[in-house]
Amino acid sequence: MTAITYTDVTKRFKGANMNAVDHVSFSVEAGEMVMLVGTSGSGKTTLMKMMNRLYTADSGTVSLFGEDIAKKDPVALRLSIGYVIQQIGLFPHMTVYDNIATVPKLLKWNKEKIAARVEELLKLVNLDPKEFYRRYPAQLSGGQQQRIGLARALAADPAVMLLDEPFGAIDAINRRNLQDELLRIHQKDQKTYLFVTHDITEAVKLGSRLLIMHEGKVQQYDTPEEILKHPANEFVASLMEGVT
Amino acid sequence: MITYWEKYNHKLTGPLLQHLHIVGITLLFSILLATLLTLLFLQHKSAAHTLIHLLGAVYSIPSLALFAILIPIMGIGERTAIVVLVLYNQFLLMRNFFAGFDGVNPAVVEAATGMGMKRFQVLVRIQLPLAFPAILAGIRLALISTVGIATIAATINAGGLGTILLDGLRTLNYVKIWWGVLLSAGLAIVANLILTAVQRVVEKKFYLNN
Repeated sequence: MTAITYTDVTKRFKGANMNAVDHVSFSVEAGEMVMLVGTSGSGKTTLMKMMNRLYTADSGTVSLFGEDIAKKDPVALRLSIGYVIQQIGLFPHMTVYDNIATVPKLLKWNKEKIAARVEELLKLVNLDPKEFYRRYPAQLSGGQQQRIGLARALAADPAVMLLDEPFGAIDAINRRNLQDELLRIHQKDQKTYLFVTHDITEAVKLGSRLLIMHEGKVQQYDTPEEILKHPANEFVASLMEGVT
Repeated sequence: MITYWEKYNHKLTGPLLQHLHIVGITLLFSILLATLLTLLFLQHKSAAHTLIHLLGAVYSIPSLALFAILIPIMGIGERTAIVVLVLYNQFLLMRNFFAGFDGVNPAVVEAATGMGMKRFQVLVRIQLPLAFPAILAGIRLALISTVGIATIAATINAGGLGTILLDGLRTLNYVKIWWGVLLSAGLAIVANLILTAVQRVVEKKFYLNN
């Protein structure tokens, strides 16, 4: 089953002299973890933000499980997609519990169901519920914050997860641990993940396929092995040299 | 001074209550107006900054001059005084309200929107609570400033603690002047203490992280 389809999607920002995303088409099968890879300014984040309509495509269509997202209510669409950003964006005035419960509360789940889900999620991201429920984001380390960010995005069991450089600001050791845990979680939940990163090593480690972006255009879209063996062009080849 | 209080305390409590009345109404209208303006200009940052500059210019006009400008239009009395005081407060309040909203991390707002909060929900559940300490600080400033400037309102027959001071000056009654000073300064100090305490409680409760 195809989860996500981008068809000839183009986006140009006001005042810019080139397209941020330039006639991009690709599709993602359900259960895949696709890494959007590229340097900054390559259009990878813009591409992702058109999925939950934080940005609107100028032309082309984006569909989710066969439905054109432009025809959906943006709020309902966003509630059905998990979203994690680099700066994490945990709500500093809310406890860990309330942060994770955000979307379930918006969806008006009852209290028992929310409590059970929050406990389950904290265990999933390897944090002791009793110890962390009542903490505020500032009382957590960067790695713990990002675990909560992940748990919060998974809260209402969305079929699709968007991760925008989630581990970008975390030290190497913690990043590796979080990557391993994400792989474990993905194996368990089999959700569809779109993951933006500029770290090619991270992309190769996590991705079932990599979508390599440069100057708004797709350079190559394939499995990590294929791309390592047969880079489509010089840009991809030089990017892959960074794999450690 | 104590005997003066024993003899004439109605001459002191009357103006004190009147003063509280002016301050209360001024603060109520000031906060309502500033809230409305903040909501209107929230999405228009550069217009908001221009507005705050303009309000800053108004704030720099001496109160006596502003009263004088308004008297031909609105006459003398409490109403004119309140209008002037509300106008002054807009600068103090808007500046702080906007600083509060500007201080909210854009990543937090983006996360909230991306997760599926409606604009109003983002405003009420995320932006407002995070801007609240700055909002409260603005209200505290406005309160202290109002208590002070309201004494000058006595010159346009608006009543309040300023009448004690003016009467005292006119009759060279030093005891009366001292009572006026004591009450107006005391009121400002007490109001400040109360709001500082409120601010601390709020910060402890919700923002121990900041």
